[in-house]
Amino acid sequence: MPPMSRNTVIEFRGVTKKYGTGVYGLDQATFSVDREEFVFLIGSTGSGKSTVMRLLIKELEPTEGTIRVAGRDLAAITRRQIPFYRRNVGVVFQDFKLLPNRTVYDNVAYALQVTGHSRREIRARVPDVLRLTGLSTKLHNYPDQLSGGEQQRVSIARAFVNHPPLLLADEPTGNLDPETSIDIMRLLYRINRTGTTVLVASHDHVMVDKMRRRVLELSRGRVIRDEAAGLYARDESTREFAQRLRGPHEPPQTL
Amino acid sequence: MRFSLGFFIREALRAMRRNAAPSFAALATITVTLIVVGVFIPIVQATQGAANSVRSRVLVDVYMQQKATAADDARVERELRVLPHVARVVFESKRQALAQQRRQNPVAYEILGNINPLPDTFHIYPTNPSYVLGVRAAILHSSSGGMLDPSIEKVSNHTEDTQKLLTVTRFVMITAALLAALLIAASVLLIGNTIRLSLYARRREVEVMKLVGATDWFIRWPFVIEGVIVGAFGAVLAIVVLGITKLAVLDPLANNFTLIAAPRTIPFVPLLLVLVAAGVAVSALGSGISLRRFLRV
Repeated sequence: MPPMSRNTVIEFRGVTKKYGTGVYGLDQATFSVDREEFVFLIGSTGSGKSTVMRLLIKELEPTEGTIRVAGRDLAAITRRQIPFYRRNVGVVFQDFKLLPNRTVYDNVAYALQVTGHSRREIRARVPDVLRLTGLSTKLHNYPDQLSGGEQQRVSIARAFVNHPPLLLADEPTGNLDPETSIDIMRLLYRINRTGTTVLVASHDHVMVDKMRRRVLELSRGRVIRDEAAGLYARDESTREFAQRLRGPHEPPQTL
Repeated sequence: MRFSLGFFIREALRAMRRNAAPSFAALATITVTLIVVGVFIPIVQATQGAANSVRSRVLVDVYMQQKATAADDARVERELRVLPHVARVVFESKRQALAQQRRQNPVAYEILGNINPLPDTFHIYPTNPSYVLGVRAAILHSSSGGMLDPSIEKVSNHTEDTQKLLTVTRFVMITAALLAALLIAASVLLIGNTIRLSLYARRREVEVMKLVGATDWFIRWPFVIEGVIVGAFGAVLAIVVLGITKLAVLDPLANNFTLIAAPRTIPFVPLLLVLVAAGVAVSALGSGISLRRFLRV
């Protein structure tokens, strides 16, 4: 076990999550993610990807082991402190989880309202993040008037508007077509380049291989692959990044 | 941190606009319940009032001997006044009693001519009707052995009637109290259930709020305010219905039947205040408490 560096954002140490039925969601998982990394979490359904995500937002408690986020032991966070902890973690889901009775603008603004930002600040920051996510023209639409890709962009905008140091995305492209998926990945990469650590769960091997980022593979709750550094030492622009994603599938390079 | 009340009120109004059907269901439930309560309170009070007025007629009559003098009367009155649990002693002289009887039955007393067979009488009102038998016993068996005063001829004997009356009035009161308790329990359950239904429709919304880091109270306030608004509206509606009913049905009847103009019921305005307070409190508490289940994410 390497000593934890100051730059470690996520650290799982011997984490086991056993569900009530005796099923293992995670089984002695140990890994860590550094600051500004872009990491894929892959594995088939039931391999424990979602368990990792839910543990990280403290929706679940581990049965065993310790989880640290930015050096903070999650077990030490009381129920009362959870909302304040969650404000530092942006979350994006496969099913978007937008508030159906709010406009795009209000959905994003809500994340700022809960933290007690003034209306002036909200008016300044929401249009910014909507421009970043390419939604400037959809401000006053309701979620059911948007395409799936647009809804996911709103959800990403909401997750990012607080500029959290960590962004989690659980199957963000699961409901989307390949071209839209590339746009979403490109957006996540752009957010990553602003200094945010991004952890993406996905079962789309093809896409993940093309992205050439660090990959953590889970199977039945165990980490069976951690292919990392070297492959993407080069700092790409988001344009190059997207171009490569659209290109023909090439087998992942082995070191 | 700067949470304005205005924000919560806007959120509550938005939620009500967007979830019109559940809000309306809650509103209707509260209105109907409050109408029932609003009708029930005066009825219970009228019953209690009737029972109480019967109870207040429970008293002990002390009849003096025919030969009793004014001095005897004065002494007995003093003695009666110092007995425990005696609220009031009213003296009725034989002349007053005769006049009273003459008015009620002129023919019979015409025959009697100038003879007055009636004794001087004391009507003793106990502080509480249930003391009536104790007071009677105290007069019949005083500490000196026999009657409290030698010039007392006899003491009215309504033991059985009194006991029956007391049993019946107690039964009426207990029944009314039970009915009231049942009604209140039913209302609270009904309103709680309606609110829970409307919250169930919005549990996804609550889930999302929790995910972006909203504190429990930040989520809860708009729901509580919504409860207050719905409760107040329901109360106003119920009051309008009750008011119309009172003006259109009760008041004309009350002019014809003295029974309906029950003397000791709650006045209309305090009743309204009670209804509004109950509606707002139950509905706000109901929303706040029902939400607890959905806040556990």
